[in-house]
Amino acid sequence: MSGVLHLEDVWKSFDDHAVLRGIDLEVGAGEVVALIGASGSGKSTLLRTVNLLEPIDDGRIRLRDEDISDPRVDPDSVRARIGVVFQQYNLFPHLTVLANITLALRHVHRMGRRQADAAALALLERVGLTDKAQSHPDRLSGGQQQRVAIARAIATSPDLLLLDEITSALDPELVGEVLDLVRALADDGMTIVMATHEMAFARDVADRVVFLDAGRILEQGPPAEVFGAPREERTRAFLARFTTS
Amino acid sequence: MTLAPPSDTPVRPVSEIELERRAFRKRQGAKSVLISVVSTLVLAVVVWVTLINTPGWEQVTQTFFNWDVAVASFPRIWQGFLVNLQVLAVSAVLVVLFGLLIATIRTLRGPVWLPLRAAAAAYTDLFRGLPLIIVLYLVGFGIPGLGLIPVRLPFAFWGIVALTLTYSAYVAEVFRAGIEAVHPSQRQAARSLGLSHAKTMRLIVVPQAIRKVTPALMNDFVALQKDVGLISVLGAVDAVRAAQIETATYFNFTPYVVAGLLFVLLAIPTIRLTDWYTARVRAREQVGGIV
Repeated sequence: MSGVLHLEDVWKSFDDHAVLRGIDLEVGAGEVVALIGASGSGKSTLLRTVNLLEPIDDGRIRLRDEDISDPRVDPDSVRARIGVVFQQYNLFPHLTVLANITLALRHVHRMGRRQADAAALALLERVGLTDKAQSHPDRLSGGQQQRVAIARAIATSPDLLLLDEITSALDPELVGEVLDLVRALADDGMTIVMATHEMAFARDVADRVVFLDAGRILEQGPPAEVFGAPREERTRAFLARFTTS
Repeated sequence: MTLAPPSDTPVRPVSEIELERRAFRKRQGAKSVLISVVSTLVLAVVVWVTLINTPGWEQVTQTFFNWDVAVASFPRIWQGFLVNLQVLAVSAVLVVLFGLLIATIRTLRGPVWLPLRAAAAAYTDLFRGLPLIIVLYLVGFGIPGLGLIPVRLPFAFWGIVALTLTYSAYVAEVFRAGIEAVHPSQRQAARSLGLSHAKTMRLIVVPQAIRKVTPALMNDFVALQKDVGLISVLGAVDAVRAAQIETATYFNFTPYVVAGLLFVLLAIPTIRLTDWYTARVRAREQVGGIV
């Protein structure tokens, strides 16, 4: 597998608190990596550093072969190559569903309106929301909003898709429709790094599970290994909280 | 998602308890209407009786509410009022544009923009502090006095300049508050898509900010509607100035009341519209809408 994302000894602190303490991670093309770990273990911060929403204190991040942690790199062009879906959807409330999806196509990738609309409608068909194209986001359920957010993130065919706890704000009965969509994207060969609390989903869809503990990667491997026979005591303790509940 | 009830649901008879509750609410409603009508009438009568029994009432009605003077002075006041309306229309448009420009400058980042940012901040500080009437004098008599402009511009023009300078400072602060009230996650989502700071502002932040501050802006518009009357101090023959001239002609203050009524009539639709719009926004927010 050729690498899409490389993190080399990445460090990040907020004030005195070290959130990422020397992260090394390589993600291959088409690979689906699930980041698991307790709240505060650094999952979200890791995703935010990759998307250049947080500058790192030390180390290096490469996307394809470009060092994106170099301050001379234009962050907008890097972000245009990475799709992000947030926990709270963050759709633009003043724009229609269609306009939410075409925004980056038209204003970053300079695609014409008609072409962008056609692309967005194709995506909406894929996420099963064709009839909502002209609705505003506040008329949609949480699951529908999150599916639109995913469509918005993949509209520009990014090199990498980052999913930050995308089902954590959803009612339990709405989680399934969103996860089904992620599964379909994974099957299509999208490179995905996701922070998640959905252990069953991680086991089912991820190629690799990465357990973060206090800003370090404590353990990683295929889901069967990490979930079936965790090597580290702390991983076992963390997973035990999910299996018993 | 909620499922619609099946269409063949039989029409259910209303229970005894609910019928009794409805009857009670109806009685309560009738009672409160009656109380409000009576209390309004009582207050009106008290005010009226007190007024007509004041010693100067006869004279005040003659000097302030003289129908003949009102009719005679109306055409000239109306002519002046048209000047006010023109000044208002031009100023309102300029204030929105200029205010938005200043607010945007204040949100610019990066060291290059420091002088512009500082100038915008100084401008809002200065013109929010300076009384409008002083701005009118300084602009209306000061700038022409510089001799910079060879032609003699009408007083209304300088009135527009002064009103725009003062009101843009307020409106810029309203816009800035609106821009800051847009949740940071919106900015983050836009930047994540690769949009530049400028495009994020133009396409995502400012449109949402304008929706948020519309009631406040409309309120400033109401204030502007009556402050256009202050251009009379420059000598522009607007409604207030015309009323002053008519007052001198008839030795009677009724023209001022006429001009005042015109301004009130102008303000009421905007005030009602503001109330309606604010209520609508509040109603939306209460059902969980985001706009």
